[in-house]
Amino acid sequence: MTQPYIRFDKVTKAYGDFTVVEDLDLDIGKGEFVSLLGPSGSGKTTLLMMLAGFEPPTRGAVIVDEKRIDQLPPHRRNMGIVFQSYALFPHMTVAANVAFPLEMRGVSKANRKQLVDRALDMVQLGAMADRKPSQLSGGQQQRVALARALVFEPAVVLMDEPLGALDKQLREQMQLDIRDLHKRLDLTIIFVTHDQSEALTMSDRIAVFNKGQIEQIGTPNEIYDHPTSRFVADFIGETNLLDGTIETSNANGLTLSLPGGKRILVAAGSGNPAGKAVTISLRPEKIRLGHEAASTNSMPVTILDSVYHGDHLRMVLDAEGTRLIAKADRRFGDLKPGSTAVASFDPVDCWLVRS
Amino acid sequence: MGKRLAAIGLIAPLLVFLALFFVWPLAIMMSNAVSSPGAVRALPATAEVLGDWDRTSPPTAEMQTALVDDLRAIDDDQTVGDITRQLNSAKSGFRTLMAKTVSAVREDTGALDLVALDKRWGQVPFWQAIAAATASPYTDRNLLAAIDMARSPTGEIVSLPATASANLAILQRTFVIAAGTTLACILIGFPYAMVAASATGWKRQAMLAAVLLPLWTSLLVRTAAWFILLQDSGLINRLLQALGLIDAPLALLFNRTGVIIAMTHVLLPFMVLPIFSVLIAIPANLLPAAASLGANPLRAFWRVLLPLSLRGVVSGSLLVFMAAIGYYITPALIGGPTDQMISSVIAFYATGAANWGMAGALGIVLLVATIALYVVYDRLSSSGTERP
Repeated sequence: MTQPYIRFDKVTKAYGDFTVVEDLDLDIGKGEFVSLLGPSGSGKTTLLMMLAGFEPPTRGAVIVDEKRIDQLPPHRRNMGIVFQSYALFPHMTVAANVAFPLEMRGVSKANRKQLVDRALDMVQLGAMADRKPSQLSGGQQQRVALARALVFEPAVVLMDEPLGALDKQLREQMQLDIRDLHKRLDLTIIFVTHDQSEALTMSDRIAVFNKGQIEQIGTPNEIYDHPTSRFVADFIGETNLLDGTIETSNANGLTLSLPGGKRILVAAGSGNPAGKAVTISLRPEKIRLGHEAASTNSMPVTILDSVYHGDHLRMVLDAEGTRLIAKADRRFGDLKPGSTAVASFDPVDCWLVRS
Repeated sequence: MGKRLAAIGLIAPLLVFLALFFVWPLAIMMSNAVSSPGAVRALPATAEVLGDWDRTSPPTAEMQTALVDDLRAIDDDQTVGDITRQLNSAKSGFRTLMAKTVSAVREDTGALDLVALDKRWGQVPFWQAIAAATASPYTDRNLLAAIDMARSPTGEIVSLPATASANLAILQRTFVIAAGTTLACILIGFPYAMVAASATGWKRQAMLAAVLLPLWTSLLVRTAAWFILLQDSGLINRLLQALGLIDAPLALLFNRTGVIIAMTHVLLPFMVLPIFSVLIAIPANLLPAAASLGANPLRAFWRVLLPLSLRGVVSGSLLVFMAAIGYYITPALIGGPTDQMISSVIAFYATGAANWGMAGALGIVLLVATIALYVVYDRLSSSGTERP
């Protein structure tokens, strides 16, 4: 089996008594786009900084291309980094900024010009070459930072929440641009973000961080549909977490009894004995509203709140004591708070989460 | 309108204070430098007659009569003394000449043959001096002397020999000492500001307070401390000898070295603080970014940190230099005879020789130099803040 391109081997980072990253293992393949996703303080940026060389790990090894690099200073690691606040050199023009890494590597002046022009064209900023960073907008500065990080064709590109300061439309455009560059240039990208929808759209794999540990790592699909913990289920998108006790367990699935007495059918594997307390995750968009039962699991609900979101309605429902969030079609707009309806969902959409 | 009046009312005390104790003395000093009203007012008739004289042909009887009439009209000795002093500084010999003439003039009325009284009255140079003194209430004599120049008897501007006037040399020395102090402040202050900028919390405050402390200490206490440290048997020499680094004590007092050490000590905050404020404004991720792009620490410093902090270095240098050229007591107490700066010369004229004209003129030269430097400083610091 080939070694992964980047490997974190039992990496720990502690500041005195305070441990930020604990005994972390992570493998990243060449050409992969991996997102490090998690709330603030979860350790994802610290891990990136250890890969970049700005923080030495307290324990453990960082290995790139089968060579240990954790003692190597940052200026010898040959990685392109895009910072959240761009970090463009204000006293140099855009072209000089992009040429800087080439200058540091001793590339000749003529070659530099050619490579810089190509990099700026790649981010559609060829016309801004002679401007100073302060004369550019936020989105343009971010693209210059991207060009600067890519111009010397690094093997690994690290991005630390690079799109956080941009407005929604620009952010979404940049996400597509970065994804496009990733495919075209076959880069290995490690992308730190706290925005789960960003991670879902851009990544090959997502590593979900919580309190210095990776809770789950998998494709966006796996993370979204099959979260392995309450935290991951809750952090990625919205979900309904229902706690219940197993009543029966057979080949068809489990019967779960919820507090309040309601019973639902869950399609889950064996190995879950009766009497066990479990949690299931039910995504809001899987709940269908109507005036009569439409599936195996259905229950009468009272509408508590209904919010218009343009393409759907976000409804807060009360199902005999259990609070449910549902994404309903717009035609249910006439269901005002206080009215009743029936909520239905399929057993296969109830995912058993590790409690 | 009311707000405006209130605003003016609030700053009025300061304006009055500045006007009385800064602007007015400054104006008096500047007018002293260029005025010599004595002779013009005291010898009106002579002034008029001499206005037509070509300053080379022999003195005429008309000139003599005018002078006698004017001198006779003066009745207080103070004025006589003033004119004598003024004329004597232009051409020596007037002291005895004027005394003789005035007593003769007062003895009897009627015409007086000045040449018969004293044959100097027949010599053109003496009349040239009176002509120059009565030509206008303003004179450029002091201003010219301040830069080692004078007017020849015929009115051209010529340089004075080094033995007669050394003001330019002393001005040059002043700039050299100020430049030396500025350089020392850059070499010590820049690394210090860098360390202070990367320190946090109480360490940073402590570093800034440490460099400001000399400024807040009394001048005499500082100077006494420097005596103790810098003298031949002082602490510095004893330490160096104890460490075996030197055999004989270094001469650190009453010479250029001592002056620059002492002036650097007190002017360091003027260099450290501007550089510090520029450094902390530099985004913290620029140096890591440079490193990630392949710059080793030295190259990152040279290509990123240094260019961005240059503005602070220039501001600091101008502040230190402007302050240093006006320094008086420190070089006077700690320096040797060849370390006296222009301020000592001004002090000599003002308090020693009571020559307010020269003191004022040298003061104007210093003021012009300082204002020129301030304009440069202002241009540089405002061009920095105009960036969007």
